[in-house]
Amino acid sequence: MGKISVKVCTGTTCFVMGGASLQELLEIIPKKYGDTVDVATSNCLGQCSINWEYSRAPYVKVNENVVCEATVERVLEEVDKQLLNQQENQK
Amino acid sequence: MSNLSQTTHIKIEILIRIIKAFLSDDFEEQARLIPYNMRPKGMEVPYRCCVYKERAIIKDRTIAGLGFPIEEDDETVSLAKYAKQALDRTEISDKNLTVLQAACKGCATNRIYVTDLCQGCVARPCQSTCKFGAVSIVNGRSVIDESKCKKCQMCIKECPYNAIVKITVPCEDSCPVGAIKKDETGFASIDYDKCINCGRCTAACPFGAVHERSQIIDILKAIKSGKKVIAMIAPSIVGQLPGSIYQLKTAMIKAGFFDVYEVAQGADVTANNEAKEFIKRMDEKQSFMTTSCCAGYNQLIKKHLPEIKPYVSDTKTPLFYTAEIVKKENKDSTVVFVSPCVAKRAEVFENENVDFVMNYEELGALFIAKKIQINELEETKYAKEPSKQGRNFGYTGGVAEAVKKSLKDEDLVKPCLINGLNKDSIKQLNKYAQTGECEQGCNLVEVMCCEGGCISGNSTINNQKTAKKLINALSETSEDIKKV
Repeated sequence: MGKISVKVCTGTTCFVMGGASLQELLEIIPKKYGDTVDVATSNCLGQCSINWEYSRAPYVKVNENVVCEATVERVLEEVDKQLLNQQENQK
Repeated sequence: MSNLSQTTHIKIEILIRIIKAFLSDDFEEQARLIPYNMRPKGMEVPYRCCVYKERAIIKDRTIAGLGFPIEEDDETVSLAKYAKQALDRTEISDKNLTVLQAACKGCATNRIYVTDLCQGCVARPCQSTCKFGAVSIVNGRSVIDESKCKKCQMCIKECPYNAIVKITVPCEDSCPVGAIKKDETGFASIDYDKCINCGRCTAACPFGAVHERSQIIDILKAIKSGKKVIAMIAPSIVGQLPGSIYQLKTAMIKAGFFDVYEVAQGADVTANNEAKEFIKRMDEKQSFMTTSCCAGYNQLIKKHLPEIKPYVSDTKTPLFYTAEIVKKENKDSTVVFVSPCVAKRAEVFENENVDFVMNYEELGALFIAKKIQINELEETKYAKEPSKQGRNFGYTGGVAEAVKKSLKDEDLVKPCLINGLNKDSIKQLNKYAQTGECEQGCNLVEVMCCEGGCISGNSTINNQKTAKKLINALSETSEDIKKV
């Protein structure tokens, strides 16, 4: 089973538009998922320039999926969804 | 708060668009287009009844972003005209807040209300508990006569069905000094004779109706005209923007500032002076002294609590000392203070060494508009490295600790903390003033207007916990403050 990777964008747009407090994920994720999920901050993911400018920032990438207007809750929801998918695929 | 509210999100987006408009080759036309670009034809309407109302509200918010009061807008003046007026103005106002009154309509007035959950019971505890005869029974249900109700909330406590609620107006509720009120017309307005500029209402209103009047255009104008614009960044900025504060300096210079100073440098002077003053006052047998660096607290003293003045330290704020240094080292400069809160706007208005204020949201918006990726930049050192304690000034406990560490005999200081001004803590301060004494033999009272300190000022964008951690990570690398 592949590890799930969470990338929290700390580009200027994301950080200022709400990403600052997403740094909490760096503590929450290891506590909640142990080493099944990798979490790290990332330089600008480039999402703010393609997706209706800044108004949907902050962005977080969970594997290849982009979570827009990310909140801690929304990101954890996406992680749960992908973990569940992985388990189903293994069966 | 763990996540940025939608209202803050909109306010920042508008600031970004205002700055982009200024940087474009047609400021006036681009400013006029802001509501249309944010709510283009055919777009799904996110909050209000129709796209036209959405645009009208965004126009109002843009007026505040351009630095004007929304209350005085008669709806006929276009944003292009406002942009022009912003370019032409040479002075800023001392009224730092403005209310988007159109948003107040959605907000019910402050009262006690019996909901449909009222079962019309036989016992009627609400009626028997009310000392003012405000509860009567109409069609088998309790009704409150507002002219008699004193909002004591006894009926709420007594109702076994939890059928009675207190309807609050969030801005009124948040204000520690009763300066913002919904009047008879149903619109909130600010009484500036009472307002201490704490900015709590800006964060409390769920409609985002209370705006700071931005000085961003005035600052951009100064930069564009080639003036030496120098920024002073408050200690609480650490953690509010990406990257280190050394990368932040590089970013600010890229954005057009001539130089950047850490206000923590002035905090060292404040702490040292306050320590000397503390010893002197204790020698003179005064029982306690309060700190004096919080702008919200200083406004409170001036407008509501003059009785405590004799106990307040005469030492100036970190902003004051830093500005003195900046002006001494750069004769013909324009000085901008980068602030966590509205209250510092009031302080700057009275300080002739500082010209403008921009808050963290505005600075963030400037970087976004200029596409500056702070965390990818090189680091630039500051001319002076502040102490560990100076850098910790922005969170509760930091100031008292800095005064303590400034003394050779640290045990002389017995600190207590007023962590956030509210009705209760103001009463407490008043008691100290009246009795001339502090609780439990404490002799140094640190007062922070915001709960948690400057790191929870109204324009901060990170949560307290993360911000404090990042400040500590930086200050750990700094040296201890020098002793007096």
